[in-house]
Amino acid sequence: MPAHELTRSLGHELATSLRAGAVSSREITLAHLDAAERENRVLNAWLTIDRGGALAQADAADATLATARSGGAAALERLHPLLGLPVALKDLVSVAGGPCTAGSRILEGYVAPYDAHITERLRAAGAVILGRTNMDEFAMGSSTEHSAFGPTSNPWALDRVPGGSSGGSSAAVAAHHAPYGIGTDTGGSIRQPGALCGIVGMKPTYGRVSRYGIVAFASSLDQIGPLARDVRDAAALLHAVAGRDDRDSTSAPLPVPDDLISLPASDDEAAGWLKGKRLGLPREYFVAGMEPGVEAAVRAGVRALEAAGATIEEVSLPHTDYGLATYYIVAPAEASANLARYDGVRYGRSVRLEGGDFIADYLATRGAGFGAEVKRRIMLGTYALSAGYYDAFYLKAQKVRTLIKRDFDVIFEAGFDGLVAPTSPTVAFPFGARLADPVAMYLSDACTLPVNIAGLPGVSVPCGLSEGLPVGLQLIGPAWSEAPLLRLARAYEAITAGEPWRRLEPAELALASDPAGPTPAERARRLAA
Amino acid sequence: MAGLTRSDVEHVAFLARLGLTQDELDRLEGQLNHILDQYAKLAELDTSAIPPTAQTIELENILRDDVVTASLPAEAVLANAPARSGNFVVVPPILGGDAA
Repeated sequence: MPAHELTRSLGHELATSLRAGAVSSREITLAHLDAAERENRVLNAWLTIDRGGALAQADAADATLATARSGGAAALERLHPLLGLPVALKDLVSVAGGPCTAGSRILEGYVAPYDAHITERLRAAGAVILGRTNMDEFAMGSSTEHSAFGPTSNPWALDRVPGGSSGGSSAAVAAHHAPYGIGTDTGGSIRQPGALCGIVGMKPTYGRVSRYGIVAFASSLDQIGPLARDVRDAAALLHAVAGRDDRDSTSAPLPVPDDLISLPASDDEAAGWLKGKRLGLPREYFVAGMEPGVEAAVRAGVRALEAAGATIEEVSLPHTDYGLATYYIVAPAEASANLARYDGVRYGRSVRLEGGDFIADYLATRGAGFGAEVKRRIMLGTYALSAGYYDAFYLKAQKVRTLIKRDFDVIFEAGFDGLVAPTSPTVAFPFGARLADPVAMYLSDACTLPVNIAGLPGVSVPCGLSEGLPVGLQLIGPAWSEAPLLRLARAYEAITAGEPWRRLEPAELALASDPAGPTPAERARRLAA
Repeated sequence: MAGLTRSDVEHVAFLARLGLTQDELDRLEGQLNHILDQYAKLAELDTSAIPPTAQTIELENILRDDVVTASLPAEAVLANAPARSGNFVVVPPILGGDAA
């Protein structure tokens, strides 16, 4: 199969071809490596591409496949769905012996001495880890502009952001550099870039995937999740990494539903699931500042669900508007504690001043190593937790968190199968558009962060374009409902399968192969001038 | 209008062990106050009878058996140390001389 066809195939299509012996993992891996390496100057989606490591993993997968093929259909059935297929890892997932910068200079040179839980699971599955993707520093951001290693361009419009903080993984999957991407989502950082890049992005229930070996941002909010170009692929990746891990005491001792790897292939069968389903449309999510084109695409998605047999009722989540303040107290507070470890003592960038004392060394190390957004959030968090302000800020925010969570609980207790909402109030914005005012950037997550506050699962699926740029539809379910939620997402995908926008390539992807094309950093500088 | 003064900003930066330049301090003063203004909204809500949520998963007392398991080998742990001596990480002195 020509390389271009390989990169345009979905993960489950490649899995079928591998089992049939029509293509090897090495060929698949080479096709994706070549695309990533060719286009990374212009996209800057990847911080590290590990050609040698990936090909070694591919060869191991091919050996496993060969053995299974000689064992017949039964042996092939037992193979893991992700065997031999390329995965992009956000650069905060520990892979033993490799870098793990979390998009920060303070971890430049750091070599992870152990595998994250999800890395162990991907290795056991025989997946091919292609490399590590760009991200906002310490996952703090909604545009990937806060990476210490330059921004990433959105393959749909190279002068625009892919969203963030998982912008590198989102852009890489949208650009066909890998069928599978891993991101993390603390306030929207998988769902929002998924929406802005026109792909599927899911945040599971808090506790569904172990955070062991994932660089921590806000420990009561962080979750790991999949990015992919279709719902079945996202579900397979989630299934591969989810489940209890004794090393993360917040990982739930609940079985991972095998439903996740048996979503229907047939569009008719998938669509049939919608009949009789009761979905809520939370009115507060149609926020002020939402672009009309985004609203139009989302409402068209809602009408499609209704036409297919679901009932849609407007509901209220009355504390939605308090979400931004709640999140921007709780998350920075937890971050200020989590980032205290970056002191240059045991690992990472270390500044030791001539004749300095250890405090002076901390000030210099952290001053030099952290970017502006990280410093802002550490400051906010430190202040919110400090004596005299703890009750007014942090404790207050924790109480409002209870109210926000209860809003969702009431709706789901009333029998709704899910909620439908926009993912992002806008399409991808140009570089620099939201850098002057931090709060303008924070508003990108107004529709996603309440879901993290409540610890619920949410998935963004592409629902059309506005002015040529992708729009995402967000589906939210009760806790632990990943299987029915992904069935809902699969149903939506099925009822819109014939939509013309589904057949479009990211509009400016063709420009990404230009060896003389400007880098995203150059584009950003030009726009700022 | 939130009331962080310049000296508040310097104090919080020191608590957080962040060495900031004058430019950074200037910018942060305005930005932090602007963000803090957003928090005022929470005062609209009466939360006197509402319990705080620390985590949404509602697990408690996760214990494991008290048995020795493998941990990272010392060499792996020390490989990233900026300064080491044998099996130790070398750090600047904390005690002695003027009080910290």
